[in-house]
Amino acid sequence: MPELRRTPLHAWHVARKARMVPFGGWDMPVQYTSILEEHKAVRTAAGLFDISHMGRLTVEGTDATRFVDRMFTNDPAGMKSGQVRYGFVLNAAGCTLDDILVTKWSPEAFEIVVNAGNRGKIVAWIDQHKTDCDVVITDRTFDLGMLAVQGPQAIALAEGLIAGVAVGGLKYYHASPAECLGAEAVVSRTGYTGEDGFEIIAPNAAIVSLADVLLQRGVVPCGLGCRDTLRLEAAMPLYGHELTEATNPIHAGLGWAVKPEKGNFLGREAILAALADPTPRPVRVGLTLTGKRAAREGANVLVNGTVIGTVTSGSYTPWLDRSIAMAYIQPHHTAIGTELTVDVRGTAIPATVTALPFYKRAK
Amino acid sequence: MGLSNLRYAKSHEWVSVTDGVATVGISRFAVDQLTDVTYLELPKVGKTVAIGDEVGVIESVKSTSSFYSPVAGEVIAVNDAAVQDTGLLNEDPYEKGWLMKVKLAAGAGIDHLLDQSQYDAQIASEA
Repeated sequence: MPELRRTPLHAWHVARKARMVPFGGWDMPVQYTSILEEHKAVRTAAGLFDISHMGRLTVEGTDATRFVDRMFTNDPAGMKSGQVRYGFVLNAAGCTLDDILVTKWSPEAFEIVVNAGNRGKIVAWIDQHKTDCDVVITDRTFDLGMLAVQGPQAIALAEGLIAGVAVGGLKYYHASPAECLGAEAVVSRTGYTGEDGFEIIAPNAAIVSLADVLLQRGVVPCGLGCRDTLRLEAAMPLYGHELTEATNPIHAGLGWAVKPEKGNFLGREAILAALADPTPRPVRVGLTLTGKRAAREGANVLVNGTVIGTVTSGSYTPWLDRSIAMAYIQPHHTAIGTELTVDVRGTAIPATVTALPFYKRAK
Repeated sequence: MGLSNLRYAKSHEWVSVTDGVATVGISRFAVDQLTDVTYLELPKVGKTVAIGDEVGVIESVKSTSSFYSPVAGEVIAVNDAAVQDTGLLNEDPYEKGWLMKVKLAAGAGIDHLLDQSQYDAQIASEA
């Protein structure tokens, strides 16, 4: 196995007694003290996540819009400067190579955040498909770090640390250049927890200093363990689970981030075919299980003893204090309230189809 | 409880024997690997168990694991408090977080289990 990569905060995590695990080729903290406590800190106060493992690419040049348009299912031409959009990179079969965030600075400058485990694949995709486009793509993953600060107090606790823009004045899914403790940075009103908060990209040294100051102010260091339970409650897909190279985003219920009407992009023909195909396909649903036992990825979902689907993510979740899961199931069983069972290691556990997301913060 | 008196199974259960009764739990190392324990299923009192029998389930936020009996005998008590409050395993795996008590079968012992230094060597290789 190749050596695991380390983020600029690696020593910071180890000094705080984080339990480190491999994730997407990186040595990352799964928890510092308790996944349950870290999860609750994000729902009630503020948590700090090192997300420097995510891939950060810039796309610049006269053909930047044309190139992003080719690569991305959402519509870059329709984005305003400073706007962030979620969408997919698809293969020719319309299935998902990665789910990404694209920030537009101008028609000639974009920034893309990709999943850690897919960075190599996306960089290779870009090399293969940029062909005639006049663009320069730069991988900034290793010289810039990235933090997510999430929770109802996230904006207030960062007061005065970020200059050049009022973070609290940024609209959801908008980004701005900023200054972080004297260094050039980018801040966005985005996250992967279902809470308010922001994400910041800055040089490695500034990221470490910012983490130190936020910690002094009471922001709770959080590992990938609660990042997973938080995003599950918020029903956000996780690549490798709800999205794979065998998953079409239409069937994942994420068609809102696919814009075939905008014109050509890679995978568009397969998407149009999927939209026109009347064959019933498994669709993504939420399940609430009876009791606290978790349905793990791969567990079968049944009706009257017949398998009708498979769990993609499942866990006991601390905030809702129950066992929830996302699953792909046959479409005629997806009505909210439908009673099913999930095979948890040989035990049939009753489950109910539940509206997604499981958790939505009060506005 | 002095940790030096404990014996361990390779599957991370600890055992302490007093007057022919083995108290069984899982080690701090195992609990830390699991992350927060959220669900616990323990055997019924009166069940006869053999070494290596799967006798329960321990679920955490991140994983689901089997609980194996490291000894042979009859289950005479289980820790209902830990079933009700699974946080006891994370807080105190060697005292309040014990899992079951087994009256050892005639001739059954714990010589097959690892001592502290052997177990320390095992977890050093797994960590």
